[in-house]
Amino acid sequence: MNRLLRLNGVTKVFNPGGVNERIALRDISLHLAPGDVVAVIGSNGAGKSTLLNVVAGVYEIDTGIISLDGSPVQALPEHARAAQIGRVFQDPLLGTAASMTIEENLAMALRRGRRRGLRRGVSAGERELFREQLSLLGLGLEGRLSARVGLLSGGQRQALTVLMATIAAPKLLLLDEHTAALDPRTARTVLELTEKIIARHGLTTLMVTHNLEQALTVGNRTIMMHEGRIVLNLTEPERSNMHVSDLLLKFEQISGNTLDNDRMLLTARG
Amino acid sequence: MSLSIWLGALEQGLLWGAMVLGVYITFRVLNYADLTIDGSFTLGAAVATRLIFAGGNPWLATFLAVCAGAVAGLITGLLHTKLKIAPLLSGILVMIALYSINLRIMGQANLSLLRSDTIFTWMRHIHAGNAGPSLLGLAAVLLVSAGLYLFLQTELGMALRATGDNEQMIRSLGVNTDGTKLIGLAMGNALVAFSGGMVAQYQGFADIGMGIGMIIAGLASVIIGEALVGTLTLIRCLLAAVTGSIIYRAVIALVLQLGMPSTDLKLLTALIVIIALALPLFRERLGLKARRRERGEQIAQAERGNQSF
Ligand SMILES: Nc1ncnc2c1ncn2[C@@H]1O[C@H](COP(=O)(O)OP(=O)(O)OP(=O)(O)O)[C@@H](O)[C@H]1O
Ligand SMILES: [Mg+2]
Repeated sequence: MNRLLRLNGVTKVFNPGGVNERIALRDISLHLAPGDVVAVIGSNGAGKSTLLNVVAGVYEIDTGIISLDGSPVQALPEHARAAQIGRVFQDPLLGTAASMTIEENLAMALRRGRRRGLRRGVSAGERELFREQLSLLGLGLEGRLSARVGLLSGGQRQALTVLMATIAAPKLLLLDEHTAALDPRTARTVLELTEKIIARHGLTTLMVTHNLEQALTVGNRTIMMHEGRIVLNLTEPERSNMHVSDLLLKFEQISGNTLDNDRMLLTARG
Repeated sequence: MSLSIWLGALEQGLLWGAMVLGVYITFRVLNYADLTIDGSFTLGAAVATRLIFAGGNPWLATFLAVCAGAVAGLITGLLHTKLKIAPLLSGILVMIALYSINLRIMGQANLSLLRSDTIFTWMRHIHAGNAGPSLLGLAAVLLVSAGLYLFLQTELGMALRATGDNEQMIRSLGVNTDGTKLIGLAMGNALVAFSGGMVAQYQGFADIGMGIGMIIAGLASVIIGEALVGTLTLIRCLLAAVTGSIIYRAVIALVLQLGMPSTDLKLLTALIVIIALALPLFRERLGLKARRRERGEQIAQAERGNQSF
């Protein structure tokens, strides 16, 4: 079967054997077809970020297989997988180099996974490309190519990070609550932009979110994690008929817990 | 004060300039507190002096000093990246090891170059007159600055800068940051050893203790330069390092002239760096209290908003 991302029996244990032992992922199996856009939900500590981190190679896994576009990658270090994986983190500060300019950041992203030598870091032709791509963001950044990224707002930085994560057309995009640190309006803008870019390139995507509304509307699949396991896997057409309240009910059934702050969840997040 | 003292400060500022640029590369660009520098400065002096003492070509000797410095930086980098030893400790370990190595190279604690040909006597042959050391120092600083200016804008140079700025980000873009750290440390220490090699020939001897406190002198120079020249562009950053080096030597010349015993110089240098490092804190204590409280509330709000699942 044609799978872009395949995880089989993946387990990740932090501090094995110690008093702080923590099983973050238990026997996870997950298959993504090319073009799948999967929302990942789950309570705090469920293992969502860890899932993205083991796919990206930040942590080595204890058991299991991860294969990307048909070839096993679980033995490769993070930088060796980076050619195929674009990432956006929750913290807007993490995705860009603040002391470097917008064009320098983009130029580094354009060389994702390529050998870096003594050629010029930013070429004139690339500047044209950056201007064009930045103008698609609609934030006016196309006129500020040589401004330092540290001068931008959180939302602008996160939009830039989304562009950086996708400009070299990776095979897989990993988004870890990438709009959670932004104010609601900016969050909406960045999310719309992300969806537009995903659609334009047909990117296979794993998107962690705490927003259940989003989890049901973005992409074509939703998975729910709990205590290191994938406890729910929703695909279409089943997913279209789900409401946020159904999702909450499912969570309660599966975890045996009620979400103490579910009211907030329905109202606060736009 | 007489002109010759100021000229002396200019000469020294230029000759020590490569060292300050090395400190700029490791401390500022790579954001790596590298203590190897005390040892690699002396290493450069020891290698150059030893080879010249044995009748070697002074240019070749200086070049080999540079190479020795690069190797010292590489070893610090390998201790850190491969053996996972903390940055500070990696540097200290190599610095201490270099003390013994430098003594072995020199054969004694102080090696004089009294009647040997150095790069400076060569300058006299081409009739550079008294300007010889300044011209050589200027050429060295220009060469190094131009090289750094070009390098830091290449793909690799940008990866190096990004490693110092945001390591996680540049690794997620496919850069092996172990590699960029090794390159940065090798470059920084090569420059420091280059400076050490020139300074030994300038003063006519190498001494086992000549590198002590070099990190702090380098940092003081970088900080002074940045305060005066600014850091807005790459050119300014490089110019700041060189300017800082010259001003620092001028300050030293001045306080010596005013009667400060030369043994107190390191105390003075340490004080300069402490004050410079503490300045932002004092500024915040005095002026930004109100704004900080505001920011704290915003963060608390954001955290409340995050517990939605
Ligand atoms: N580097 C680490 N070292 C030790 N334990 C870790 C590490 N990273 C995560 N964990 C633990 O693994 C578990 C899963 O954490 P993870 O960050 O994946 O959760 P999450 O689902 O992303 O939660 P959140 O919604 O809070 O972001 C938690 O119990 C966490 O404490
Ligand atoms: Mg997380």
